[in-house]
Amino acid sequence: MELDLRYLKEHPDIVWEHTVEHLQLSVTALAIALPIAIMLGLLAVRFRWLTTPVITAVSVLYTIPSIALLAFLIPSQGIGQRPALIMLVLYAQLFLVRNIVAGLNGVDPDILEAGRGLGMNELQLFRKVWLPLALPVIMAGVRTGLVTTISLATIAGWVNAGGLGELMFQGIARLYGSMVLVGVIAVTILSLSIDLVLRALERLTPVARANRAAST
Amino acid sequence: MNNPYQDSEQVRGGSAIRLENLTKHYPDSPDPAVDNISLSIEPGEFVVLLGPSGCGKTTLLKMINRIYEPTSGNIWIDNTEVHALAASQLRRHIGYVIQQTGLFPHMRIEDNVATVPRLLKWSKQRTRQRVEELLELVGLPPESYARRYPTQLSGGEQQRVGLARALAGEPSTMLMDEPFGALDAITRTRLQDELSRIHRQISQTILFVTHDIDEAVRLADRIVVMREGKVDQFDTPLQIVSRPANQFVAELVGADDVLRRMSLIPISSAVSPLGHQRSNGEPTIPASAFLRDAIGLMVDSATEQLTVVDEDGHPAWSLTMDDIQRSVSGSESGRAMNTGVTSSAND
Repeated sequence: MELDLRYLKEHPDIVWEHTVEHLQLSVTALAIALPIAIMLGLLAVRFRWLTTPVITAVSVLYTIPSIALLAFLIPSQGIGQRPALIMLVLYAQLFLVRNIVAGLNGVDPDILEAGRGLGMNELQLFRKVWLPLALPVIMAGVRTGLVTTISLATIAGWVNAGGLGELMFQGIARLYGSMVLVGVIAVTILSLSIDLVLRALERLTPVARANRAAST
Repeated sequence: MNNPYQDSEQVRGGSAIRLENLTKHYPDSPDPAVDNISLSIEPGEFVVLLGPSGCGKTTLLKMINRIYEPTSGNIWIDNTEVHALAASQLRRHIGYVIQQTGLFPHMRIEDNVATVPRLLKWSKQRTRQRVEELLELVGLPPESYARRYPTQLSGGEQQRVGLARALAGEPSTMLMDEPFGALDAITRTRLQDELSRIHRQISQTILFVTHDIDEAVRLADRIVVMREGKVDQFDTPLQIVSRPANQFVAELVGADDVLRRMSLIPISSAVSPLGHQRSNGEPTIPASAFLRDAIGLMVDSATEQLTVVDEDGHPAWSLTMDDIQRSVSGSESGRAMNTGVTSSAND
């Protein structure tokens, strides 16, 4: 079988438009999801008894099938970007909260005690020691969260939220194979390039720099 | 409350530390971890808190910089009660070294050492100078160490950085919680010697927690022997080894170990006048050495008589096997007598 890229040749502008839209939708969802996740994560770290309930809640959310969740949202939210964003924000919580909690709790308590013992207040400790040390794990959470959001955002085409999913659903409806294929390829390229960009960013964290120095 | 540190350029020497009826109860334990302890520590003194694990020595130490808060009692550093200051303010003037080093792995050595100067808002220039000076002081040449990261250093080097970092804010008090506990024996001894040297040079007040009697004896001006949250004895190493307050202290410090006792008795306390005829080539030993060194030298050179020289290297006294025996058995009888007295006065 040979790759039928006819649709891309005929309508590069439409494909590009939908790709940009897809990225916008995903990034918006993550931008909304991140502050919520930071709040939940900090609460779960600050009050240890909250850790298990919070992690359990976001895990259970993720097990709801996406189509079912969207169908459930349509009566109250209608169709379009709104239900799609709500779905993506909810799903992203798992990756974000889990990694924020794991990252912060994973910092060696002796290092934190040393920081306090030297006279850092809680804010200085968080800014200079705790967050930088947790950052690689948190950023990995952001990366998997965004990549997952990009692939999930395909479903948003089903509720007319735009993006590459719309191309695929239209292609299926019109039995136009090339349109579906181009959509799939575009989503894949988008995911992979976002993954690469975020991995590159992770290499800029202080911990990554220290690890590189240590291995040379 | 007036903060005595606020404008002081630099606190030279050490602080006096006074503990008043200090008690710490942990919520999950029926017995207090620290039980109504009062202690007075002189400025510039090197005090070792010694005891088995669970005796409360670490709890006591960490109440001084308020990592733990006491249930009751007061802690005075010079004339300031530690609870009169914000904890972070207080801690910037107390050096703190822990066994696991607690170095910040994502920061270069120079940035680790600069932590407290930056919290104190020193100028860039002064901070950089201080960092270089300290790395020199702890034996890590800045040109090869400043830009490295903690994981690129050996355990001993890391603890040197921990020491430099604790000293950076020119603290008048240092708290050290088993800082050399994780190091191999050779590295530990070397770092003990350097800590002694630094203490002689800067003379801060040091509180040092350990369960290692040899380390305590080697470093301390005075040793606090602790058991079950109480102080069993607070005295010089020689007194503790030669006159332990009770059976527990005697067993803990191995008071029966004659060699250990001899390593604490200075030769100057055992010498006799240089009256006899000196044979040529008789080995010499400085008066500042200890009886254990003298025994070693006697065995080594197959003689029972040494010439003791003064600071300038001039023969001043002599030391014989008899002198040593007399001196050691003197501290022995003193110990027996002291044990007899304190056992009745101990409760």
